[in-house]
Formats: sequence, structure tokens, C-alpha cells
Amino acid sequence: MEPILETKQLTHIYSVGTPFQRTALDRVDFTAYPGEYLGVIGHTGSGKSTLIQHLNGLLKPTSGQVLFQGEDIWQSVERTRATRFQVGLVFQYPEYQLFEETVYKDISFGPKNMGLDAGEIDRRVREAASFVGLTDEQLEKSPFELSGGQKRRVAIAGVIAMEPKVLILDEPTAGLDPVGAEQILQNIRDYHDRIGATIILVSHSMEEVARNVDRLVVVNDAVIPLSGTPREVFAHSEQLTAMGLDVPQVTRVFRLLKQRGIDIDDSVFTVEQAVAAVLKAKGVE
Amino acid sequence: MALKDVTLGQYFPGNSVVHKLDPRSKLILVVLYIIALFCANSYAAYAMLFVVLAACVAVSKLKLKTILKGLKPVLLIVIITGILNLFYTPGEGAPLAAFWIFKIYPEGIRAAIFMVLRISMLIVGTFLLTYTTSPILLTDGLESLLSPLKAIHLPIHELAMMMSIALRFIPTLVEETDKIMAAQKARGADFESGNIFRKAKALVPLLVPLFISAFRRADELAVAMECRCYHGGEGRTRMRKLQFAPRDAIALVGGAVILAAVLILRYFAR
Repeated sequence: MEPILETKQLTHIYSVGTPFQRTALDRVDFTAYPGEYLGVIGHTGSGKSTLIQHLNGLLKPTSGQVLFQGEDIWQSVERTRATRFQVGLVFQYPEYQLFEETVYKDISFGPKNMGLDAGEIDRRVREAASFVGLTDEQLEKSPFELSGGQKRRVAIAGVIAMEPKVLILDEPTAGLDPVGAEQILQNIRDYHDRIGATIILVSHSMEEVARNVDRLVVVNDAVIPLSGTPREVFAHSEQLTAMGLDVPQVTRVFRLLKQRGIDIDDSVFTVEQAVAAVLKAKGVE
Repeated sequence: MALKDVTLGQYFPGNSVVHKLDPRSKLILVVLYIIALFCANSYAAYAMLFVVLAACVAVSKLKLKTILKGLKPVLLIVIITGILNLFYTPGEGAPLAAFWIFKIYPEGIRAAIFMVLRISMLIVGTFLLTYTTSPILLTDGLESLLSPLKAIHLPIHELAMMMSIALRFIPTLVEETDKIMAAQKARGADFESGNIFRKAKALVPLLVPLFISAFRRADELAVAMECRCYHGGEGRTRMRKLQFAPRDAIALVGGAVILAAVLILRYFAR
């Protein structure tokens, strides 16, 4: 399958030629395919934030290329700007970027910048709002009257309203309670299922990526040492631990069970799979 | 536009003698240097001050490029001052060149050269201070030097605390600005094109979140300080005590000698 988004030998060096020079990405090849739900994990400072900011042209590569649908996004100024609308990026703590008088106006900021007509903007704002579960009444409120979780959903709606083909979210559930976090993950799944968009989810939580993504990319020390399905990636538990990452808790429990000599499949990484593995080991159909 | 590249008043960590000097001596030396610059009125005096400055820059191991980069924003002011001095200094005798209302006298050339030298050396000298002294040390030094003013009930400690907090939050706010800018750019905001009115309007999505976060941070900091029972300067002790070293004495004597030399050149030479 043709990749929708791809980086070739992407290198990014911050503050070139100063004492603060730092290589954040070193000849990275990254690919995302149309319609897939991709997870990106890596600890703080691994280069994952730098990577995702290249994917929609917010950062310019020091060397190497970023291709969207096979074309270099830095070909021309128009191309870079167009890519920003096609590849939506939701930053960490996006609620701090809200600025408008009403939620409605804030969500319409993106579509307005795209130069759409009023009817289309209205349709998109309402659709994006319904994706994240905002009511019409909330649309007329000031974003600063909402709760933290609601603000975050407004900010995500602001990016969804541009109807990007690729939606990148940098730790969308950071600092939320479990219910709020689950709601946001559900909103993202809805967008993925209904539009068929590619989702790139950056996360710290192994449980979160294990439950949601089809494929996983690990970023560590400016390179991508591992990628593959969650099962493939979590099989490298020692390597992950050495990078300051971890495998999901349930995987750890099952690995310990196996070490104690219990005959059980230890490649599980979600609770559902764990239940199935236990039933299988017990011989229950 | 990368805000991170702004170097005005930025500190470059290092390990040179210039870095290690007590901030109080550095502050005093900069003041002496400025006085010397404004008293200098001969090529010899400027040459001497230039050599001293160049030596300090060399010892500090700062790259020449960073120093010149700091000069760039004020280049226009320097040029305009130079040109004004060149044309508007009346002189005795015949002008060297004249057209329309402009006349250039030898004195004008002299004044222009002096003015350009004076401003650029002034800037490089003060930059040397901020490039080699961390903001915290700088405010500590200022507080210590100004502490005699406490006798006339000036809130020196509070002013110094305000200044260090402000300095402390500059990088945070710059980072925050970068972040919000990136987030709004991701939604198609355009900060670069258009005329001045469009550009000003484009700043609203940046400034509103920035102000909100600045207030939020101020609030949180105030609470955090109260939790640690901060109640002003009365009876506070310091973790880092400023200590004069022999090198400070040498540097201060050197500074005084140079100022004296400039004054001698001004009043007794020729």
C-alpha cells in the first residue's frame, strides 16, 4: 500500500552552531499508511514531539524529506500550508490555545483560515462538535467557562473541523481523569471509523496504545529502534525497559506467570486478550 | 520566525575568568567602562578602550559571531546616529564637501566615528555582562550593590525579587509563545504575510492565550511562594553568598586605572 505520510532520512538539529546544539532526529524513516491507527511511544526528550511537528510542516527538516501522498511538503509555500490543513495536529494540553469569545468561533478558526464559505464552515463546526460530544448550548458559551476536559474536546474539535486526512494527537489524555480520557479516546475512534482518517496517537501510556492502535512506532534517542504491531513491539520487553519505557501491566503479569512455570500465552497486551488466554489455559471454551 | 534565536540579554554558560568574576565587580566595571566611553575624546582613548574590550571578549571565550549577532538589532540606530553626526556637526574652516543643505566638515567625520564607536562599544560591553552572568547572579549583585538604599526605605529586596522572577519567566514565556504559535499555525494561522493591520490582527490568537497563561502562572507562583512562607526580605538568608575573590580586586583596580588613563588623556594630553 502507498504510504500517506512518509519521512525519508529525516534529520533535525536544534540551535545549529551554538553551545545548545542538539540532534533531535537522526536520519529517521517513518511511514504511516492510509486509514491506519498508529501509535508513537517514547519517553520525554526522545524526539517524538519533534517528529510529529515535521509531519505537518511546522518544523523544517535540517536534512531529509517529508512526503505527504508522495509529494515533498516543502516543495512550495502553498504546498506546506495546504499540508497543515490535510494533516491535523493536536498539541499537548491543547486547551491552552483557545482564544475566541465562543466555543463556536474557536472551532471555526481553522476552517475559516482554509477560506471555506460560511455554509461549509457552519456544517464542519457542528459536525466536529458532535464528534467530541459538545452540545449546541455549549457552542455559544465562552471556552473559558468550560471544564478542563470540555476545553480539551473543544480544542480537538478545532482541528477535526478542518477534516484532516491524518489526525495527529500528542498525548491527548494527559492530565485527564479516566472517564474524561476514555471519552476522548472514543471521540478519536469515532473520527477514525467514520471518516476513515489516519490517526497517529502519541502516548506515554502503554495500556492506552495497546488498546487502541493497529501499529506501533517506538522513538528513542533520535531514532526509531522498533516498530510493528503491539504484539511484536511488546515482545521486546527488555529493550523497552532499557529505553525507559515499559510493557502494559497485564503483559508483565502474564510474563511472570509464565516464569513461574504456568503454561499460558504471555503475548497478551489487553485485558480482553488476557481473559481469553486464561480461559484457554484453563481449557474453558 | 524562531523566537528561540533571540539572544538579547541571553546568558551563555562558560567557565572563563570573565564568567567567574563576582557579579558586583562586573556591574561596577561596566559602569566604569561606560563612564570611560563617554569621557573618551581622542583616537588614542578609543583605541585603548577597544583593546580592553577585545581582550575581555577574547578571555570570555564567547564566539565573535554571537557578539555581532547581538549588535544586529541596533545596527540601524548606530548608522542613523553616525549619519546625523556626520552632517550636522558644524566645523571651523571650509567644509570638505557640500551639496544642497548638507555640508561635511572634518569635525563631523570625527564626531561620527566617535559616536559610532561609542554606541557599539557600549552595547558590546553591556552584552558581555549579560552574556557571561546568569540573570540570578546579576540580580543578586544588583540587590547587594543597591542595599544601602534600604536606609531610605526603598524596597530593594522586593524589587530584586520581582526582577529575578521576571527574568526567570522570560524563557518560559518564549517557549510558551513558540508552542501557541505552532498550535495556531497548525490550524492555518498566518503570522508572516499581509500588511501591518492584518499582522496585528493575526496576533490575537497568540496574545489571548499567552496573557491567560501568564496570569495563571503568576497566580500559581504566588500560591507556591506563600506555601513556603515567603513574606518579603526581612530576615531572609541566602543560599549563595556573594564573595569577592582576589581576581575581583585585580579587575576593579584594572578598571579604575583604565578610567584614570582616559581622564588623563582627556584633560592633560595635547
